[in-house]
Amino acid sequence: MIQRFIRTLVGMAVATAVIGSVSAQDSKVADELAKYREALADGNPADLLEVKGEGLWAEKRGPKNASLEQCDLGLGPGKLDGAYAQLPKYFKDTNKVMDVESRLVHCMVSLQGFKQEEVTKQWFSRPGKESDIEALVTFIGAKSNGKPINVPATHPEEAKMAKMGEYIFYRRSGPQDFSCSICHGQEGKRIRLQELGNLTTKDGAGFAMKTWPSYRVSQGAVWTMQRRLIDCMRQARWPEPNYLADSIIALETYLQKTATGTVMETPGIKR
Amino acid sequence: MKLKIALFGLLTAAIAIPALAQKAPEAPGGKYAKEAEQMFRSSFRTDNPKYWMSRLDQDDTMKTCGTYRDNPPRKVGEQIEKANRTTIRYPVDGKLIGDWKEGEKLAAVGTGGHIGFIQPDPAGRVRGGNCYACHELAKKELAYGTIGPSLHNFSKLRGTSDDIIKYAYDKIYNSNAFSACTNMPRFGLLNWLTPEQITHIVAFLVDPESPVNKD
Ligand code: HEC
Ligand code: HEC
Repeated sequence: MIQRFIRTLVGMAVATAVIGSVSAQDSKVADELAKYREALADGNPADLLEVKGEGLWAEKRGPKNASLEQCDLGLGPGKLDGAYAQLPKYFKDTNKVMDVESRLVHCMVSLQGFKQEEVTKQWFSRPGKESDIEALVTFIGAKSNGKPINVPATHPEEAKMAKMGEYIFYRRSGPQDFSCSICHGQEGKRIRLQELGNLTTKDGAGFAMKTWPSYRVSQGAVWTMQRRLIDCMRQARWPEPNYLADSIIALETYLQKTATGTVMETPGIKR
Repeated sequence: MKLKIALFGLLTAAIAIPALAQKAPEAPGGKYAKEAEQMFRSSFRTDNPKYWMSRLDQDDTMKTCGTYRDNPPRKVGEQIEKANRTTIRYPVDGKLIGDWKEGEKLAAVGTGGHIGFIQPDPAGRVRGGNCYACHELAKKELAYGTIGPSLHNFSKLRGTSDDIIKYAYDKIYNSNAFSACTNMPRFGLLNWLTPEQITHIVAFLVDPESPVNKD
């Protein structure tokens, strides 16, 4: 991961050098670079969040004063190694295909007794307002590091969810005619200077999906996959989906299925 | 009689085989497409105002392009192009070429039109053409995307004839009039840019004094 990160850093440096005289751009890129250097100096800031998540996982909390240690993320109660890499997945107890975030929230509600509205209120962090969910997902994600993504979507409900994700991926709408495919359906393209992979191939989807959750330098925060996709819908100029919406889980199922076999490297560092 | 049937069978087989051989890939979503559409629509926050939600409506072009994964067969593509050609509207004074300096600004602006509750654009934020997101234009702007081809030296390479000016205007107004299911937005049709703003961007592309052609 650090190697990739350094490559990005070099890329940014080259971009600054080339851009040279373009003043506004210049200072913006310089700012960005400074942030990268800062981030690099102390390692991935997401590592801290991972530690916090580990604490939250084991801590007795909520009306039921229980920890999350009995939470079943698909491999059995408390089994965390490789759990993130095999999500989204069909769960019998809820009769739903769930991603890591919806399953985690399910555990916080069923095991700890929290109310769903309460526990998802701060589903992503804002400056000065940390998010437990972000910390927990970072911790759970890291427990799949080195494990291949494994979402074959063989259960009929999973297969259906992957298909529905594919449908949404190609669906155009809005005042700019956008679909996910417009920005992520071709090899080797970029939007401004941001590289966009082809998420419809194993290589492209794998390269992207293996790094999530990721620390985003430009945002100064770890983003979960829900956060990433909800922001892409904002970029598409669409209205805002619900947190944990089926449409997001369907897209995740489609992307993870496509990425299946790629070894996880999380938490990542992104622009 | 029997011979006729046999002949007919042979003929259809001959026609069917090449058709089968180049059968288009299945439409995204397969048999779940209808259900997926409903699920997608019901996935949005209920406090999104109605006029935001209307951004999810699709016209025929959007629907067809999705069905064919952005690559419609040529026949279907031609129909899309024909339908889109009829939508192009021109400024009242009929002048298609405006002020390249205004066009330069519009080509660079990538903001505007973001909605939602997390990070919407403030009201009244200028909506730009965001051409640099996908195209190289003036040489001095290096932060350009590559989803579309380079437009650097646009009129140096193609001239400044009335036909070229009209082509540039029409292309920006409705990109799908020329290439069905392109990744380029239909700026005029979808009211993202006004006809007047489009004439400024045309000038940015075509005017010999514009940095697109000068450097
Ligand atoms: C207008 C262009 C645009 C649209 C439309 C769009 N995205 Fe994105 N997407 C981006 C950009 C820009 C990034 C960030 C790339 C970067 O920062 O380097 C991104 C990042 C991502 C990533 C993370 C990639 C990685 O390498 O880590 C995923 C996954 C993703 N988008 C999926 C989607 C999906 C699914 C949709 C449809 C709902 C979608 N995007 C729609 C522009 C878009
Ligand atoms: C989301 C990406 C995207 C954006 C934004 C975009 N374009 Fe395009 N554009 C494309 C693609 C892809 C093509 C090539 C396919 C085609 O012809 O439609 C293209 C083609 C063109 C062409 C035709 C080039 C030729 O060789 O004939 C012109 C002219 C053009 N764009 C102008 C613009 C202008 C001006 C803007 C800003 C107002 C703009 N585009 C914004 C993606 C984009």
